[in-house]
Amino acid sequence: MTYQMTFRGAAVPAEPGQSIGAALVAAGILDWRTTRKGGRPRGMFCGIGVCFDCLITVDGVPGLRACLVPAVDGMTLGDVGDTGGMEDGDAGHV
Amino acid sequence: MPDTYDVAVVGAGPAGLAAAVESAAAGLGVVLIDAAGQPGGQYWRHYDENHARPDDRRGHHGWSTFTRLRERLDALTATGRIRYLPGHQVWLVTRDENGAFTLQLTPTTSTRVDGAEEAGLSRAETARALILCPGGYDRQLPIPGWDLPGVMAAGGAQALLKGHRTLAGRRAVVAGTGPFLLPVATGLARAGASLAAVVEANGTLGWLRDPVGAMSVPGKGVEALQYAALMARHRIPYRRGTVIREILGEGRVEAVRIARVDRVDGRLAGPEEEIAADLVALGWGFTPSLELPLMLGAETRRDVDGSLVVVVDDLQRSSVDGVYVAGEATGVGGAALAVAEGRLSAVALGVALRRTPESSRRAVVAVIGRLSREIRRGRRFAAAMHRAYPVPVAWTRWLSDSTLVCRCEEVSYGDLVRAHRDLGAEDPRTLKMLARPGMGWCQGRVCGFATAEISACLSRRETTAEDLRPLSTRSLAVPVTLGELAALADDLPGN
Amino acid sequence: MTADLVVVGAGVVGAAGAYFASLAGLRVVVVERGALAGGTSSAGEGNLLVSDKEAGPELDLALYSQRIWREDLGEHAGLWEFESKGGLVVAASEHGLASLRELTVHQRRYGVEVRDVARAELRDYEPHLSDGLAGAAFYPQDAQVQPMLVVAHLLRLAREAGALVRTRTEVVGFLRDGDRVTGVRTTGGDIPAGAVLNATGTWAGGVADLAGVHVPVLPRRGFILVTEPMPSRTIRHKVYAAEYVGDVASSDAALQTSPVVEGTGSGTILIGSSRERVGFDRTVSGKAIGTLAAKAIALFPMLREVRAMRTYLGFRPYCPDHLPVIGPDPRAPGLWHACGHEGAGIGLSAGTGKLIAQALAGDGPDLDLTPFAPDRFPEPEEALR
Ligand SMILES: Cc1cc2nc3c(=O)[nH]c(=O)nc-3n(C[C@H](O)[C@H](O)[C@H](O)COP(=O)(O)OP(=O)(O)OC[C@H]3O[C@@H](n4cnc5c(N)ncnc54)[C@H](O)[C@@H]3O)c2cc1C
Ligand SMILES: Cc1cc2nc3c(=O)[nH]c(=O)nc-3n(C[C@H](O)[C@H](O)[C@H](O)COP(=O)(O)OP(=O)(O)OC[C@H]3O[C@@H](n4cnc5c(N)ncnc54)[C@H](O)[C@@H]3O)c2cc1C
Ligand code: FES
Repeated sequence: MTYQMTFRGAAVPAEPGQSIGAALVAAGILDWRTTRKGGRPRGMFCGIGVCFDCLITVDGVPGLRACLVPAVDGMTLGDVGDTGGMEDGDAGHV
Repeated sequence: MPDTYDVAVVGAGPAGLAAAVESAAAGLGVVLIDAAGQPGGQYWRHYDENHARPDDRRGHHGWSTFTRLRERLDALTATGRIRYLPGHQVWLVTRDENGAFTLQLTPTTSTRVDGAEEAGLSRAETARALILCPGGYDRQLPIPGWDLPGVMAAGGAQALLKGHRTLAGRRAVVAGTGPFLLPVATGLARAGASLAAVVEANGTLGWLRDPVGAMSVPGKGVEALQYAALMARHRIPYRRGTVIREILGEGRVEAVRIARVDRVDGRLAGPEEEIAADLVALGWGFTPSLELPLMLGAETRRDVDGSLVVVVDDLQRSSVDGVYVAGEATGVGGAALAVAEGRLSAVALGVALRRTPESSRRAVVAVIGRLSREIRRGRRFAAAMHRAYPVPVAWTRWLSDSTLVCRCEEVSYGDLVRAHRDLGAEDPRTLKMLARPGMGWCQGRVCGFATAEISACLSRRETTAEDLRPLSTRSLAVPVTLGELAALADDLPGN
Repeated sequence: MTADLVVVGAGVVGAAGAYFASLAGLRVVVVERGALAGGTSSAGEGNLLVSDKEAGPELDLALYSQRIWREDLGEHAGLWEFESKGGLVVAASEHGLASLRELTVHQRRYGVEVRDVARAELRDYEPHLSDGLAGAAFYPQDAQVQPMLVVAHLLRLAREAGALVRTRTEVVGFLRDGDRVTGVRTTGGDIPAGAVLNATGTWAGGVADLAGVHVPVLPRRGFILVTEPMPSRTIRHKVYAAEYVGDVASSDAALQTSPVVEGTGSGTILIGSSRERVGFDRTVSGKAIGTLAAKAIALFPMLREVRAMRTYLGFRPYCPDHLPVIGPDPRAPGLWHACGHEGAGIGLSAGTGKLIAQALAGDGPDLDLTPFAPDRFPEPEEALR
């Protein structure tokens, strides 16, 4: 059986056991959020939970690592705050 | 208060698996904690066992070693000798006045989405000793365009294949340096990708630089020949002495521009060549994960390959009493070495805790001797590899003002130069405070090595362990919710 | 090389002193044993608060500093992300609110701007505040800066005005002519100087010892939590519970945590900070960071699901009477101090630097320095032999 998820309204299939990040990549979707400062697209990079590039909102829970979360039938990916939602740029505190 | 185990092993890769089963075999009470959902670590990463297929093992080396360790783990877990906690990340380790370690745990993926049972989760474990086997991840150097979708870490592209049966692109370029590029390239080719090129920065098939070291682990030679044969079979172009100058594309990878590196001064030498690709897999060796050892105050040093690693003695003991470290965290050296180190640390701990019966002392001494010799050979081999495939000395000269160094906080090389030149940031910590590399989500895991090297280079000196430490240290090993932190206050007594 | 002034310590206080002294035409050399801003100035937050201060010399200095930040340093405000966002001090109970109102009556009298905020208005200020709070006081003067950028840019501007900055150079002794201090001995050689400013923060007691004078500065540890980046204006002001003011002024050694919660330009939310006296212990205290998190959640329940990315700690330089030490030391002529600013050194640095420069130039300083006199403390008891 193949799972079905939705990403921004479109259907994305997943094999049981695949991560949602892998399913997105397999479906030709390479990026699913943008950076705060430059608005640059981000998707999978390290593939193993280290880089946090692949952050995604799953069923309303933001900031999950797509490369680690196993796909589940019926998941809704990346609606709320999938830019990370951060408009303003530089600055900083330790 | 949870039970106090004799030992907590962190990481269930080659080193941690070996350490856990060997500790239990030595009679110790063991808790094995691993972020991944199933054992194997990076080397033996495989598809979800609940949905396994026979061909999932293809391309795996040393699989029989894994199967044996796995069977022992299952048996020891079944009899309660090992408590195995997959899917748990250690985010903080503290020590109480009796010297016992408390490891704070958080689920790797949110229980709110994966439907996992809250009930099966542990929030903290305590142990009298630690064997830390946290492994590592691909080391990266910034390249113009490396944040385009379709660019991945070499190990990441491979993890997608091994762990998720997913091919990250149709036409791939694998680039960087080191022998690890070959299994990645051949793995992608076997899965059906067309390999446009393997772009290797170093020149010769560099074992020749240290033939004695290279011969110290005979099995490795065979493995290399197998990869060479596979490269030939798939007709993969192997471009030596060459690097990616720039990754090109609108919104995703479309091509790479490669150039030759001058052997003598490391400068890029023309003419440049453009190669079409939709996947670029990058790796410059590996960076050990040191947040847990550093959190505990373990002494570290800069290894032959330029990485920060934990200093251990000939029984895998770190400078911190009761903390053993095995695998990549003591120096990048591959899975076989990691297994040997994991075993040795467990055997040594068994002796230290006096769990080895008098009758088997002789046998244990012999085992220690054998493992130590194996480890010495493994280290010699690793050092030879590192010398053959160094990070090119002049790599920072390939950067341009706009090259992104920190992907999280979007800090460019130019930002670092200005913080150094105008604001007087002479070291990586000050660079970090003034320009923010390493301040974002990954907390410097990806850009830490590069930032340390750039900082040293701007100050015209060699990179030191001192440069690497501030970007390898993380106060929290992984992010945790404030709710979890707040729970900590209730769990702990007084101050 | 002879300097008019050697500033020891390149933290925010030293940087401000160096900047204003250079502007006044002095030849300044800054000597720092580590990296610039490598001490407490990179281990705290950047709140410039008037709200947490009760009437007295510290409030006077805070109000004076407010003026310096906005006027003398106003043209550079963008360099260090100066943001005049205001502070909201909330009270959980009617009783707490009553004490808060009492405090504001005094503060107003001394020139602090305060607006009373009724329970019903709380959400207009901070949409995510918890239910069931009694009310608040809003302090429009409260502002924030990025402290490391303050240090780096003040030193850059000082260099442009002729100052020299020598990092990785430690002061190990003083040059003397009788009682007089005539320069410093450093790991990089001697530097003769007309005056030496001890701006070594938490380590100032040790440096004073080198000159044979007693200045009791001690460490008071604080932790800060940094969250994942959040949408901007999630938290709009500096928000803290009224009990904070009590903690700031307390001399209790035990752990106190009443966090100030604030957003930063980089999207992170800072939650800080705890206060406890445990010497220079750098081990992470689960109790301290856990309590900070719990209290922040009590103010903003939505923070429960927000992740902390890191925590860091620093050691506030404090004196027994919780006032800084600012001015010339009559026991060792030529030696000046600017240290012991405890949890307010970022905010107070601007005024401190300006006052020191004025006093050094022989002009009467804008503010009377008597309450901050270096010799106001009793000499330590002779050790029993
Ligand atoms: C992505 C990737 C792919 C690789 N593929 C190959 C390959 O094909 N061939 C090859 O020869 N070498 C490969 N390597 C190198 C290989 O990983 C090592 O040689 C070997 O796996 C080292 O074993 P280890 O036990 O030290 O660490 P690892 O195998 O890395 O295992 C470490 C384990 O510790 C866990 N861990 C780390 N920190 C924590 C924490 N805070 N809390 C809980 N758990 C934690 C990790 O999740 C991981 O499961 C790869 C490396 C990477 C990064
Ligand atoms: C957790 C925490 C939160 C805080 N939050 C705030 C806040 O929100 N607002 C605020 O205003 N303040 C805050 N503070 C307080 C503020 O950070 C300090 O008061 C201020 O940084 C002190 O600055 P300084 O220049 O005196 O000391 P430092 O920054 O420590 O500088 C002293 C320098 O002297 C150097 N030095 C020491 N000995 C020698 C020697 N022998 N030779 C040469 N150099 C030497 C040190 O290396 C150091 O760099 C906070 C502090 C902490 C710990
Ligand atoms: S791809 Fe790096 S964390 Fe998921």
